[in-house]
Amino acid sequence: MAASRPGWRFILRRRIAAGSTASDEAPRAAADAGPTAESGQADGQAGHIGQAPEAGRPGQTPEAGQPGQASRLAGVLRALARNAAQVSSRAVALLKHLRLRWRSSLQLRVVSTTLVISAIVISVLGFFLMQQIAANLLGQAAASARTQASDGLAFAQTEAGVTSQPDASAGTVMTNVLGSLTASDENSGDEYGVAVVLPPDPTQPRFPYAYSTNLPVGWLPKSMIERVGDDRTRPDFIYARLPYPAEGSPLTPGLLYGAPFGSAYQLYYFFPLTQLQQELLLVQRTLALVGLALVFLLAGIAWLLTRWVVVPVARAAQGAKLLSTGNLDERLSVHGNDEVAALATSFNEMAASLQEKMRQLEELSQVQRQFVSDVSHELRTPLTTIRMAADLLYEAREQLETSASRSAELLHSQLGRFEALLADLLEISRYDANAATLDAELVDVCDLVRYSADVAQQLAERRGARIEFMLPVEACVAEVDRRRVERILRNLLVNAVEHGEGRDVVVTSAADRDAVAVVVRDYGVGLAPGEEHLVFDRFWRADPARARTIGGTGLGLAIALEDARLHGGWLEAWGQPGRGSVFRLTLPRAVGSELAGSPLPLVPEQAELDMMAAQPLDPRTSPPEPSDRVTMVSRQERG
Amino acid sequence: MKGRVLVVDDDAALAEMLGIVLRGEGFEPTFVADGDRALEAFRDTKPDLILLDLMLPGMDGIDVCRQIRAESGVPIVMLTAKSDTVDVVLGLESGADDYIVKPFQAKVLIARVRARLRRTDDPAPEMLTIGDVSIDVAGHSVKRAGTPISLTPLEFDLLVALARKPRQVFTREVLLEQVWGYRHAADTRLVNVHVQRLRAKIERDPERPDIVVTVRGVGYKAGPG
Repeated sequence: MAASRPGWRFILRRRIAAGSTASDEAPRAAADAGPTAESGQADGQAGHIGQAPEAGRPGQTPEAGQPGQASRLAGVLRALARNAAQVSSRAVALLKHLRLRWRSSLQLRVVSTTLVISAIVISVLGFFLMQQIAANLLGQAAASARTQASDGLAFAQTEAGVTSQPDASAGTVMTNVLGSLTASDENSGDEYGVAVVLPPDPTQPRFPYAYSTNLPVGWLPKSMIERVGDDRTRPDFIYARLPYPAEGSPLTPGLLYGAPFGSAYQLYYFFPLTQLQQELLLVQRTLALVGLALVFLLAGIAWLLTRWVVVPVARAAQGAKLLSTGNLDERLSVHGNDEVAALATSFNEMAASLQEKMRQLEELSQVQRQFVSDVSHELRTPLTTIRMAADLLYEAREQLETSASRSAELLHSQLGRFEALLADLLEISRYDANAATLDAELVDVCDLVRYSADVAQQLAERRGARIEFMLPVEACVAEVDRRRVERILRNLLVNAVEHGEGRDVVVTSAADRDAVAVVVRDYGVGLAPGEEHLVFDRFWRADPARARTIGGTGLGLAIALEDARLHGGWLEAWGQPGRGSVFRLTLPRAVGSELAGSPLPLVPEQAELDMMAAQPLDPRTSPPEPSDRVTMVSRQERG
Repeated sequence: MKGRVLVVDDDAALAEMLGIVLRGEGFEPTFVADGDRALEAFRDTKPDLILLDLMLPGMDGIDVCRQIRAESGVPIVMLTAKSDTVDVVLGLESGADDYIVKPFQAKVLIARVRARLRRTDDPAPEMLTIGDVSIDVAGHSVKRAGTPISLTPLEFDLLVALARKPRQVFTREVLLEQVWGYRHAADTRLVNVHVQRLRAKIERDPERPDIVVTVRGVGYKAGPG
């Protein structure tokens, strides 16, 4: 008998399944549409006895055969589609932004997670609490209603005339019962409806059906009437919505009790639960408010507490960033003994250690620089004397006897080589000690190319080769160290002529918005695959047996590479054995900018390669053409 | 040609070698081995050119140069083992006309010495004007609004070279050839520093020069605009 405990909204809005399966009662079925009925459906819409539910709403599609409307509709649809696309793209952008914020803030994550979890938990608890309260209140209401109904029933049983079979006086009997019941409970204060019902009996002529106060009997479910009639021992109740107190009133949820009494009569009580409903609504609102406040309070607390952790971490991150930019004095303040303090302490130790190491390295570098400088000076002064003396002897060599004369010649040339080597060594050591400085000014690189070709031109003339310049008309101005770039270009050009085997050397230059490039191409010995990296190594020679016409130091390209790197530029090589090589210098136009590409290609175009492949290799072993070309063997003296 | 050369260097072997070379070319070298006595030696011997080593015991070569420059416009050529820009510029700014990096060839040294000693005797009186600066070429004097400005011979030559063709841009290489007499493979830093020195002396505002004007990426020219 104990009522089950569905949610209170269920109680007040729906019937128990048993009550609503009466499918022949169309109005009843319409009164409560299926489980998915929501309050959106106005209750007054549901039909009751005598009324059929209204037909479906009139269609909203435009009638066919109206082209103007159709095209307008198409336009509307298109606009809608556009709007939808706009909205969706904006939504996507917003989502991306949110994701980024989410990822980047620990506090945001903690606070929003706390918010969500506490909201869920509090909702669940609140719901559960609400359920309990509702069930409790409902139980109480049901209990008092049952008591009332039982009392009434007991009273009705004692009324005169009820035990006899219903006859023409049934109406009077029923009225009396009703009157007594309502009279006796007038001062109870509760509002309810009472009905005394005589279920229709097909064998009997039609007697008065029902008398009621505040209970529109037309709404009594037929299935209940039957059930109550069958079992005459106890009152039955259901939850129902009936118009209360009268036929035209709004549907009110309540408890409907029914019990048989007398011979064939039935007594119905209807207890509206409006007050209960209002109370529960109040409780619900209060709970919701409190829950919301609690959730935000928790979120606020979470935010405050995460600050304890997040702020020190953010400070440490900031400190690390400052440290990485070179600000080695950066330290964190240490408070207390906890993990955050441990973090700060370790950070400080790390920074101090870094600073010390840097200082040591700097000192070492300084020592090295000083050494280089001292060596430089110490070596150079005696070398000057030697040089001048050797020159003097060289000038006077005709006046010496043969071996002395020859010695003077050898002294002269080797001294030149020695000097060049010393200069290059000192230059390289300056790079190693990070002591090289860039002395940049605005220079027209294309002009500089021609200017640097002086020595190479002389060499080329002696070999019968030409240097061809393919330089753009407009100036290629860049911010470079003139002396260094000249050195690089001179080295590349001399190398090209020297390894060019008498063939022409082509120098190309070009500039784009960010960089300037110079390519020196020769068609001589070339490079084997893999050698294009080795060629920049210190003292590397392509062929150790090769004699050199100019006393190269072996450091030329290494220094050139360092010079290029000092500018933030590139120096690269490419070659094919026997078909020549390409050296490309790329320099950024502005000091400090990073190179992303080069205006000229390093590897020649495929068409050119194919053309060269078609020509036969010039074998190095074949005798050189007898000509004004100087062979490799003879020595050239520097004048 | 006048030929007295004062050699200021503390390395005895090098000094002797320089002496041999200079005498071989017809110059008259005198020697002094430390900075403190350099000024005195200069006053005593009145050389036509000074070869000055930078690393000297006693007074530093830079200070010696300044001292001598304060007194006279005699050509000074620095001999130095340091080729870093900082050191070179310092030396040039203190008054030297040129510098040679050790080790050097005797030929190069002699050529530079001769270039410095060569003074073109231009008898034709010539007056040049740039802005409010007037130049008397034959008289080797420069005046701004009547007030004379004292320039070293090299600075004077530089100014005259520019002023002779006002508004023509001279590249550094061309200036090296015309003013210093070096054909090629000389350091253009020489020009930069001497232009700075010249500006410091004759410009109203050296930061915004209007007599010796820089043309970016090319060189220098004389004259405003």
